[in-house]
Amino acid sequence: MIGFVIHRVMQAVVVMAVISLLVFIGVYAIGNPIDVLISPDATQQMREDAIRAYGLDQPLWKQYLDFVTRLLHGDFGRSFVYNMPVLELIGSRLPATTELALAAVMGATLLGVPLGMYAGYRPESGLAKAIMAISILGFSVPTFWIGLVLIFTFAVQLGWLPAGGRGDTAMLFGIEWSFLTRNGLTHLFLPALNLSLFKFAMMVRLARAGTRETMLTDTVKFARAAGESEWTILSRHVLRLIAIPIVTVFGLELGSTLAFAVVTETIFSWPGVGKLIIDSISSLDRPVMVAYLMLVAFFFILINLAVDLSYAALDPRLRARRA
Amino acid sequence: MTAPLLQVENLATHFMTRSGPLKAVDGVSFSVQPGEIVGLVGESGSGKSVTGFSILGLIDPPGRIAGGSVKLAGEELVGLPPSALRAIRGRRISMVFQDPSATLNPVLTIGHQMRLAIEAHETVGEKAARDRAAEALLRVGIPDAARRLDAHPHQFSGGMRQRVAIAIALLNRPALIICDEPTTALDVSIQAQILTEMKALARDLGTAMIWISHDLATVSSIASRLLVMYAGRIIEEGPVADVLRAPHHPYTAGLLASLPANAEPGQDLVQIPGSTPSLFALPPGCAFSPRCPHARPQCGTMPDLVREGARGVRCHFPLEIRGRA
Repeated sequence: MIGFVIHRVMQAVVVMAVISLLVFIGVYAIGNPIDVLISPDATQQMREDAIRAYGLDQPLWKQYLDFVTRLLHGDFGRSFVYNMPVLELIGSRLPATTELALAAVMGATLLGVPLGMYAGYRPESGLAKAIMAISILGFSVPTFWIGLVLIFTFAVQLGWLPAGGRGDTAMLFGIEWSFLTRNGLTHLFLPALNLSLFKFAMMVRLARAGTRETMLTDTVKFARAAGESEWTILSRHVLRLIAIPIVTVFGLELGSTLAFAVVTETIFSWPGVGKLIIDSISSLDRPVMVAYLMLVAFFFILINLAVDLSYAALDPRLRARRA
Repeated sequence: MTAPLLQVENLATHFMTRSGPLKAVDGVSFSVQPGEIVGLVGESGSGKSVTGFSILGLIDPPGRIAGGSVKLAGEELVGLPPSALRAIRGRRISMVFQDPSATLNPVLTIGHQMRLAIEAHETVGEKAARDRAAEALLRVGIPDAARRLDAHPHQFSGGMRQRVAIAIALLNRPALIICDEPTTALDVSIQAQILTEMKALARDLGTAMIWISHDLATVSSIASRLLVMYAGRIIEEGPVADVLRAPHHPYTAGLLASLPANAEPGQDLVQIPGSTPSLFALPPGCAFSPRCPHARPQCGTMPDLVREGARGVRCHFPLEIRGRA
């Protein structure tokens, strides 16, 4: 198991190196940020000074080398726009996105898996058909539209919930969190619900397909022949047998929500990293873009590692193969 | 004769399909005495497994028990509410399946699965459950049982896995075990071992068994009485030795003749001409008549199961008896 982790860490280093190169070249290709950075009526001299100050006069390979060297020293550079260290800037926004993503993905899973299992267990029942209808909606209706409808209904018409912002926050481990206060929770609810609908639909379908398949196996027949109750069979046998695809999708969804919750964050003016990256792209704030994309890659590597390790916990046969 | 442990009367199990009801089991009657091992033989699709599942009330839709009665020690099982049936399954009647690598849950330890099977019927402590599980494993010949409880199914060989499944079936000391081809998926040498051990277990514990198989040779080495099924009906029954020595039904005779052990070396194996009829397109009368070398016009009507002493046959022109007449 330790050998497996070491192997994966080495893999991760290579992946991160390749990602840094791709990201740097990609961002370089987008355009020259200098026009955004200085005022249009600056003199030619001021313009050239600025180019030199940001190191933009160097050839690409030199800029990349400088970037990597600084990176290895833990320095992601300073934002052109905010004029503060990029890490600090992203760090100040990340908790908001993290709690939003976790709330959405966990909510979708905790609700979607049991409902999906029920739909797979009693596929002909009316409730199962209703669950599947909702999941089709969750798949097909665009997120931004649902977001607007949610705001219109619950914030504007009914006035039950706030339309945007994080609300009150409380400190935990030196970080501000919304979910720790009542007011913060009311702010978190709508955007999390908005983000979770698609994931909920996916979890329902995964759990349903897995359950339908598993219910036909001899494992279930044998458990029934031993007199085990349907609840025991579903909660002890079936849930464990369908866990692997669910954990996989959980990881992928968590990663992609952390990285790309942009639309929902914009609609609910949630001050997360999604909003930050959109702003940095429009202002060609290169260090922020590069650091953000590297961070996303890092998250995915981390989450995939966690998912792989949980496979081994869930399926003893995989443990044996790796040992 | 003592009161039968299990009395199956006119059992009919139908599967509702688009082209009408499929009569997988069509009027099957037999009984099992306490401690008796009854062999149930037939080809695939003859209804032998469905008979086993029907006794346990484990027929999934679109199938259903369309009629008849199953009495366990005089108590009617057909029509019992699911919870009452569940209380009987695993405690008074249990079942062992064909492929142990498919029946055991691959992601749970053996001990965990055995505990679930015990807890299905009573509340026990962790320690008591483990002790009972280890004892059951020892009984089926698994060495170092207490330690093996923490192993997963993939850490056992095929034969050992089936022993685990048998141990689970024995956990609550049922009066009857339905064995649905439990040795078919195993190596021949392991098959013989398991057969011998199960015979001994049944004798020691006084457990009755219904041994379902398509393999006449296997069944005859463990069972004392034989039921032969064809197209959802019992067509011949009797003590194993008698049926093997002098089969009355042409189908049983055909099955016996096609056993490789009965073939001359170097000769082709004997086959029964034709193939098992589709249950959707059964011929009128005796279902075996289109393949039967002795068929006559009268076979267009369904013969009754005629019982004479311990033997019974469903044929208008039974072998041997006809010779005697």
